[in-house]
Amino acid sequence: MGMTMTQKILASHAGLESVKSGQLILVNLDLVLGNDITSPVAIREFNKLGKDCVFDKDKVTMVMDHFAPNKDIKAAEQCKMCREFCDEKEVTNFYDVGQMGIEHALLPEKGLVVAGDTVIGADSHTCTYGALGAFSTGVGSTDMACGMAIGKAWFKVPSAIKFVLKGKLNKYVSGKDVILHIIGKIGVDGALYRSMEFTGEGLASLSMSDRLCIANMAIEAGAKNGIFEVDDITLDYIKEHSTKEPKIFKADDDAEYDEVIEINLSEIKSTVAFPHLPENARTFDEIGDIKIDQVVIGSCTNGRLEDLIASAEIMKGKKVAKGVRAIIIPATQEIYLKAMEMGLLKIFIESGAVVSTPTCGPCLGGHMGILAKGERAVATTNRNFVGRMGHPESEVYLASPEVAAASAITGKISSPEEVM
Amino acid sequence: MKYTGSVIKYGDNVDTDVIIPARYLNTIDKKELASHCMEDLDTTFVSRVKNGDIMVAGQNFGCGSSREHAPIAIKESGISLVIAKSFARIFYRNSINIGLGIVECPEAVDEISEGDVIEADMDNGIIYNKTTGKEYKTAPFPEFVQKIIENGGLINSIAEGIIK
Repeated sequence: MGMTMTQKILASHAGLESVKSGQLILVNLDLVLGNDITSPVAIREFNKLGKDCVFDKDKVTMVMDHFAPNKDIKAAEQCKMCREFCDEKEVTNFYDVGQMGIEHALLPEKGLVVAGDTVIGADSHTCTYGALGAFSTGVGSTDMACGMAIGKAWFKVPSAIKFVLKGKLNKYVSGKDVILHIIGKIGVDGALYRSMEFTGEGLASLSMSDRLCIANMAIEAGAKNGIFEVDDITLDYIKEHSTKEPKIFKADDDAEYDEVIEINLSEIKSTVAFPHLPENARTFDEIGDIKIDQVVIGSCTNGRLEDLIASAEIMKGKKVAKGVRAIIIPATQEIYLKAMEMGLLKIFIESGAVVSTPTCGPCLGGHMGILAKGERAVATTNRNFVGRMGHPESEVYLASPEVAAASAITGKISSPEEVM
Repeated sequence: MKYTGSVIKYGDNVDTDVIIPARYLNTIDKKELASHCMEDLDTTFVSRVKNGDIMVAGQNFGCGSSREHAPIAIKESGISLVIAKSFARIFYRNSINIGLGIVECPEAVDEISEGDVIEADMDNGIIYNKTTGKEYKTAPFPEFVQKIIENGGLINSIAEGIIK
């Protein structure tokens, strides 16, 4: 029986000829990731193992992005704990304020992940790197600790849903609309424990930015990982960013899938996920007048340069509506710099938005844009659970950068066409 | 492994943001995390949970973030076992890794009510509702899971050479 793309990567990292879904295997890891929230718990657990060093100082990475720049004394202590650990263990890829970006935007940019890799990260959105043709998945701090110690993790081999993409996205529609549409269709546990594999002729029209955004939210459908078939777009991106050699794994022709779902990209419209689940997807014919208080454009889902370019195109020469706080967060220092050089920051600032240093901040209700009771935000982030961005009685509407930018201008949830 | 406790029951898609809101993730202190457990979903949980109580919930329990702080907060609050229709995968893994008992049993969840007293025998996969007198079969904990839970988690089990 043939294997899926994910199964092939896992088999190769377990030293096995083949694997089948449900099988428990121990795999070698190419990278172990943590952030300033999950790493402190992992370090506490790691220290109980009595190991002097990590399994490979080049294959462990920590990114101080969630509550950094330090939001309070406790957050500062957590970052300090990570900093001291990485210093002592000589961890090569420790990213602190000044070098750091939002982890899942940063690692591909730094070339730390390439096609064919197996990656675990103590952050649920670690599934992002599936866009590069890697197997990558979120785990907890204990798994991170064991990964740092022995460079291995156990997995139950997942079955998969295959998404065959065709057609081409319309103007003002992007990767975020695709993934919100898919989650709306299959639900927040629609891919529970399974892989989401993306293939088909439609891939050719999806940029790396679109793909990273789609893979990023595979977890919001409950998936173990989301993964894209590797093509020239992937290989060009990897060549530009990494010195590591990519390994291409393609699903066998006779690979077995639990389900095959066809998605016609040209039929996808701007989509908004209503509170309090990402599966509450609606298109503008079902939306109506919803007044908002805040807009956040950023996060590991949509803080990339392409997202800022799309937002700036919509906001250029217009003003943020009175009563709306628009917060723009470039996901990495490099994106920030490029946005500055391209004049995007000027467009945002002149429109009345603020531009922040890279941070996960408001996405998880940490800092830099918390909502008060009863307030509503349109955000390009990935979760709209109760209390996600602040008060338990606040509301988050998930949308694309195009929709978020348009909404900032009108002060209500708006499609890009309304302002363009 | 045997558990006895009264039930605190929730619905579907209980996410890690309500189990432990991110605003409290600036600490790894277990007691402090437990003091905010379930806060955004149920402000009464912390004051009414008793040692040994059993949490019962619907589908996709623990969806969302990978934060291990979520099962840590639940375990530290006194909950001995979580029975749900299904679990989000990272939460499931994290719970076993930290030694929190966790089991899927949709039929039992449908018929268990808040406050019922449950006896769960996880060596044999039997959930008995003392209040209603009904019994449910589920998969017993595999031996390695029992060992991890008995030893307070994966790391302790590795450090003590119980899991190699």
